Order: sequence, then C-alpha cells, then structure tokens
Amino acid sequence: MTTDVNAPHVLEVEDLRTVFHTPRGDVHAVDGVSFSLAAGETLGLVGESGSGKSVLGRTVMGLVASGPRTTVTGRVRIGGRDVHALKPAERRRLWGPEVAMVFQDPMTSLNPVKRVGTHLTETLRRHLGCSRTEATERAVDLLRQVGIPEPARRMGQYPHELSGGMRQRVVIAIALACDPRLLIADEPTTALDVTVQKQILDLLASLVAERTMAMVLVSHDLGAVAGRTDRVQVMYAGRTVESGPTRPVFDVPAHPYTDALLASIPRLDNPPHTLLRTIEGNPPDMARPPAGCRFGPRCAFVTDQCREAQPEAAVVPGGRAVACHHPLSRSILEGAGDGR
Amino acid sequence: MRTPSRRRRVDVVFWLGMAWLTVVLGAAVLAPLLPLGNADDSVKGLTAPIFASPEGLGGAYPLGTNNYGLDVLARVVYGARTSLLVALLAVLIGTCVGGLVGLVSGFVRGTTDRVVGILSNALLAVPPLILLIALGTVLDPSVRSIAFALSLLTIPSMVRLARANTITVAQREYVLAARALGAGRLRLMLREVLPNVVLPVLSLAVVMISVLVVAEASLSFLGIGIEQPRPTWGNMIAEGQGGVMEQHPYIVVVPGICLFLTVFSFNLLGEKAQQRWDPRSAKL
Repeated sequence: MTTDVNAPHVLEVEDLRTVFHTPRGDVHAVDGVSFSLAAGETLGLVGESGSGKSVLGRTVMGLVASGPRTTVTGRVRIGGRDVHALKPAERRRLWGPEVAMVFQDPMTSLNPVKRVGTHLTETLRRHLGCSRTEATERAVDLLRQVGIPEPARRMGQYPHELSGGMRQRVVIAIALACDPRLLIADEPTTALDVTVQKQILDLLASLVAERTMAMVLVSHDLGAVAGRTDRVQVMYAGRTVESGPTRPVFDVPAHPYTDALLASIPRLDNPPHTLLRTIEGNPPDMARPPAGCRFGPRCAFVTDQCREAQPEAAVVPGGRAVACHHPLSRSILEGAGDGR
Repeated sequence: MRTPSRRRRVDVVFWLGMAWLTVVLGAAVLAPLLPLGNADDSVKGLTAPIFASPEGLGGAYPLGTNNYGLDVLARVVYGARTSLLVALLAVLIGTCVGGLVGLVSGFVRGTTDRVVGILSNALLAVPPLILLIALGTVLDPSVRSIAFALSLLTIPSMVRLARANTITVAQREYVLAARALGAGRLRLMLREVLPNVVLPVLSLAVVMISVLVVAEASLSFLGIGIEQPRPTWGNMIAEGQGGVMEQHPYIVVVPGICLFLTVFSFNLLGEKAQQRWDPRSAKL
C-alpha cells in the first residue's frame, strides 16, 4: 500500500500480533512487529529462545493463522497480497512459488520413507505442472545448484543415507524448487556442525544474490547473522527491541539487550579463562509478561520509568529504531530518548 | 545393499514356521488342482468307509475318513482354504477401514477424533466372543458375513494404532515442510503420513490374522460359523465331540495340529514384523 510502484517490497509486515490462547492465559508470542523487505535483501531476526522469532517466521508464512486457539492481527503482505486475508486454498497456492521455508532440523524435515528425488519432483509437478522427466531434470539441476555432488545418484537415495549438511542442502533445494520470491530460513543451521553451518549460510547468501530473492534469516546465532544480512531485527519477548542495518547495529548497539547479547559471544581474542558474560535471568513468562519494558527485570540500567511504561520504538538516524527509554551510545543517536 | 554383519545365526523356528505357512497357503490356493479325496460331498461319502484309520501317503485315505466317509486330508486342505480366506478377508477389511478411520481421526483431530474414539472404545468394551455370537445369530453363516463379523473385532485396535502413529507422525517437521510447500490435507495424509503409518499397522495385521484364525475356528466349533459339510478347522474339531475323539483321535488331532502350527507361524511372522517395523515394540 505504501510505495508499491517505486520500491516493490516483497514482504511487508505491519503491526503483526500473534496470540495463543492457552489454558494458562493468552500468550502474546508476537506483539506488534513491523518490517518490510525488498527483493535481494536479507533480514536477520535474532533473539534468544522463546523470543518469538520462529513464531514470527511462521506467522509471516501463514502457517500460523487465526483459529480457535490462535489470533493473528496486523497485516502480512507477500507480493502485495495479504496472507492472512486469503482463503486457505489461495494461501496454499502462495506457498512454494511465492514464499518457501527452510526448517531448523534437516533430520526431521525430510520424510524418511520418501526418496530425495520424490521430495523434489513432487513439488515441481504439483506447482509447475512438469512432466515426470522434466521434473527429474529440474530436480537434478536444483541439487547441483545447492552444491550436491553426483546429484543424479542422490535422487534415488533416502534421507537417512545423507549427512546432515547434505540433507539441509536438499531441504534448501526443495524450498527453491518453485523459484520463490521470499525465503524464510528458520534457524537453518542450528542442527549442523560449525563448519557445515558456514557452508550452508554461504550457500543461502549466494542463492539470494543469484536469484534476487528476499530472505528472512531467523537465528539465535549473532555470528551467522552478522556477515550475511543487510538488516537485522533484534527480538525480545515478542517485540522488536532494536532494528536497523546490520553493521551499525552490531558495531554500536543502542539497546541494552542487543549490547548484552553481543557481549555474551565468546571471542577468540579474549585471554584464556575469561568468564563468559551472560544475561542474568530468563526471558519472561509470556503468559504473564512484566509491566513496562519487558527486558526491564534483566536490564542493568533499569529505572522506574522502565518499570511503568513500555518504551515505543523510536526512529533514530541511519534507518535504525530502538525501543528503549534509555538507549546506549547517546553520541550516535542524538535526539533519540533522553540519554543517560 | 547387502550387509554381511546381518548374517547372525539363522532362526530355525522362524524359518520352519515360514515353511509351514508356505505349505498351508500353497495347498489352500491350489486345493482344486491337487489330487485330493472327497471333502464335502456326503452323498458320495455313503459308499466310502466311515472312520477309516489314517493309512499314510500311499493309501486311499491318507489321514483317514470321518463319520460321513469324507476324506480328512481333503477336508483339512479345504478347511485351510476356508479358514484362511475368512481370516485374511477379515483382516483386510479391518486394516483398510480401521487404518483409514484412524488415519483421518488422528490427522483431523477435534470432534471427528472424539466421535471415533467413543465408537472404537465402545466396540472394544463389548466382549469379543459375545459380540461374535450375537452377530452369528443374526447373520447368515457365509464366508462373507463371518469375515465381516470378525473384521469388527480388528477395527478398534487398528483405529487406535493408526491414530496413535498418525498423531506422532503428523507433528513431524516434514509434514509441516510439505504443508509449507502448499500440500493440501489429502496429500499430506496420503503422501506424508500414510507411508509412515502403514508399516506398524501391517505388522499388527499379521498378528491379527492368527487371532482371527482362532476366532473363526471357535465360531465354527460352536456351530455358528461356517456350517457342515463345508469344512473348516473349527467344525472339523467339533466332529470329535460325543466320544468320537476317544476312539478316533485323528479326527481332532489333524485339524488341531494344523490350527496350532498355523497360528504359531503367523505369530512368529507378526512378531518379526513388529520388531522390524513398529518403533514402539522394537525398542528393547
């Protein structure tokens, strides 16, 4: 709706809220998140476990939608179409050609009784109406694109015959099968070895560049997000605490949570036996979130103002936004908040 | 691919059981082609000796004759035909209906699942023999209706097994992944879930065969199953009633041994299948 002509955003998310109605009360898993993404752009969604990043990814897909136990409000537009206003059948047509998802664990995201080839050709034949031979050709080609050696032989193998990294490559190939404009990668490397993680992330980055796709990379691994995303959105307890271009955000974090997250990454240049810094406490119980700022109870700089009023996201120079009453690094964020 | 380490010691009992099943199934299928004696024509039996003793393979009546002068060997083979036909048909119906109902209710959940649960529990709550006797008095004693009655016994446990497996499989990420690629409900059920559910269900089906062979024999023994002169193992054993068995033990022993060995073999096969395919009983 905003600037459809000039900057055709592949994905627009506006004040998205996902509420799960549980016996313990309503859980606001995603609580007012907005962002947009243009073709060829990669957005990193970071946050610790339970911060709502996976639910956000799934709500954006429409895999989590309003139902008897879930309420989704706000708007998600993929290619200009409001995902949550579509009928289920129309939404299903979106999945595959418009938006696809790469899941966390390649051990469980492939069906153990189906061959690698079947996984791929089924999607191709269903969505693109390929013939059997055509689908097979394209599938082999896709496997080659994701860097699988001997793709023709892999087609006949079962998932358990492949290594974790290979499996994740297959999962990516499946997601790419219908040439989606938007790829949502939900912690695509969590289940993999560190060396393989790097390969997979590089692969995703190069695929995004080649195909000018848009990608949302959900991760709790700041290192994974740092080098390979254009913008980053830091989530805490269902809300965006800080967002902006990746480099500046990581170089000079403005939100105490971002700062604390970055500080708790072990570094190679630390002297041996350096105590790893951690963030005290746990993320809040989302059925009973704390009043005021949700990070308040764990924040080193908490004040009475934080305990009373929830900070709204303040737009600051450099395309950044921070939701904090007392943002850090006042110098680069002149005029944002009252400083400390 | 061949894995040499698999060649542990050969399970002799298992293979003997399989050999027996092959013989019984082969004989049952080929019965009309085999040079067998008179199995069920009691008019012709009038001219034959009654209660002839078993003579061995060379004789006219290898396993003897019964009180109508019918050949026991022929009857035991045709009995296998009927018994196995009934049991297999019943298991087939039970597996298809029970498996599908379980698959759907486990996948759809909600009200459907609750209704199916109540119905299958209700069916499980009725004592099987009483259910069979009740049905036996209502239905005519044909192969088809006996198979139908017996299939009712298998449906609830099939529903439960299929449902339980469906629920675990449906939560797997690959089902979600397929959904995220735009697969519809039917496709998810048939292409993603069913192939994972079918193996444990089939292994239960094999065990069910042996249960149903016994159940059919019990019904026919009581006279509410397949009726004379058409032979089944159950009604052949029943011929031994009223002091016959004491004088002519083979009348009971022959079908009894056949029944025992067949049930035993199907159990071995079923156990093996469950070890291989049903993850829950495979553990340990």
